[in-house]
Amino acid sequence: MFLANVVASGTPETIGGALLTGLLGYIVVFFGLFLLMIVVIITSKIVMAKTAKEAPAAPAAVAPSPAAAPAAAPAPGSAGKLKLYDTPEKEAAMIMAIVANKMGRPLNELRFISIKEVK
Amino acid sequence: MDVLGTLLKLWNDSGFNYFFIGDGWKYLVMIVVACVLLYLGIVKQFEPLLLVGIAFGALLTNLPGSNLYTPELWDRFLTGEIGFGTIMRDGGLLDVLYIGVKAGVYPSLIFMGIGAMTDFGPLLSNPKSLLLGAAAQLGVFVAYIGAVILGFTGNQAASIGIIGGADGPTAIFLTTRLAPELLGAIAIAAYSYMALIPLIQPPLMKLCTTKKMRMAKMEQTRVVTKTEKIVFPIVVSIFVILLLPSTAPLIGCLMLGNLWRECGVTERLSDTVQNALMNIVTVFLGISVGATTVASRFLTLDTLKIVVLGLVAFGISTVGGLLGGDVMYVLTGGKVNPLIGSAGVSAVPMAARVSQKEGQKANPANFLLMHAMGPNVAGVIGSAIAAGFLLAVYG
Repeated sequence: MFLANVVASGTPETIGGALLTGLLGYIVVFFGLFLLMIVVIITSKIVMAKTAKEAPAAPAAVAPSPAAAPAAAPAPGSAGKLKLYDTPEKEAAMIMAIVANKMGRPLNELRFISIKEVK
Repeated sequence: MDVLGTLLKLWNDSGFNYFFIGDGWKYLVMIVVACVLLYLGIVKQFEPLLLVGIAFGALLTNLPGSNLYTPELWDRFLTGEIGFGTIMRDGGLLDVLYIGVKAGVYPSLIFMGIGAMTDFGPLLSNPKSLLLGAAAQLGVFVAYIGAVILGFTGNQAASIGIIGGADGPTAIFLTTRLAPELLGAIAIAAYSYMALIPLIQPPLMKLCTTKKMRMAKMEQTRVVTKTEKIVFPIVVSIFVILLLPSTAPLIGCLMLGNLWRECGVTERLSDTVQNALMNIVTVFLGISVGATTVASRFLTLDTLKIVVLGLVAFGISTVGGLLGGDVMYVLTGGKVNPLIGSAGVSAVPMAARVSQKEGQKANPANFLLMHAMGPNVAGVIGSAIAAGFLLAVYG
């Protein structure tokens, strides 16, 4: 029923060899993620530059609508509009209340810029 | 009818009989171990989605006579004597399910689900957090060296070291390829320590940072555009797989899942991968990994060593991330809170939550969660690269 000797995978490694492999491995991980960081930064810059170029062109392409109402000015004392990402308004209100409570500061002294659900 | 003879035959055929033959007591010990793991999963809620399945798989495989999993068949498979066909024909139910682990299918599909559930936005808004994800892989290589010193082979040491990546599917993927005989112990250690992150990390966080550092507030990150999020998985797949081709199954599936999530035209697929597929694969993965904890192979001194090395790996990875955070704190003049470094050990999103909690303890106005999510998801990519490197060396 029992197998007395289980064959170990692989061959023995020397401590010197392991030190070298370990060091090389850590360098490879660092180097790989460093290069990836550069690639991500360059890609983001290209995408953002393209978006910025298209942004001023976009309103020109759309005919101005005379019926469109001008954006409402923020209410007196308002710190601007709160951006919500995948968060219902009710939950946002609760989150803001909880944050204010945890910080021990009145809600009207805080400015929330955006609330985003972390999935 | 020979009543006595029939009763004797029934006794000889029953599983209870095996407990009294040779090392049969080991089965009893493993049944107790499985019940303890079930308790931890159900009552203490240690990674219950996987641990309950693993524990029940361990229970089933250690009920003598059940023949659900036959390690001898897999020994012959490893020597190349037989193939998957023979296992399908002669194996038990858990042998058949284990084929998905052995072929690397389940861990890759789990990665696809993780990709579909992950928002890489925090990482894209602060790409420097990739370096924290790299720093937090320190434990992988320190534990690997430690395992070699303790007498494990290179393949086994690499599989043990990857526990420090705090990434269950990566640990299972690498171990099935390099040291399948250690799979049960490594999977249980990896998932148990992931569940214990809220206990393991906070003391190390306090040890590696000063009160002033922990109080540092971080600025709001920029909003990432949809195009960046769509381009990211494509760029990462091309770049990382070309750099280390052995990462292809993990990185490929992770990024495909993420592309489905972000591209906006495959919501049905994204939803299926995140929920239905993820749940189905979790069922198969848990029970078949648990099946490998056969008493004769699990109750050894090596298992104890793996448990200790796993804890060392987790701790040192956390310290590596925190030291990386300390360096960033100094280089940026206090604009980076070093507590986000510990989230680089992956274990999404629990490690990021711990950073948030500890940051808020130091300064109630601190909101580090989104900042910590960057190194957290970078850690997933980092541990896949570390696994790819070890696979390239020993595979």
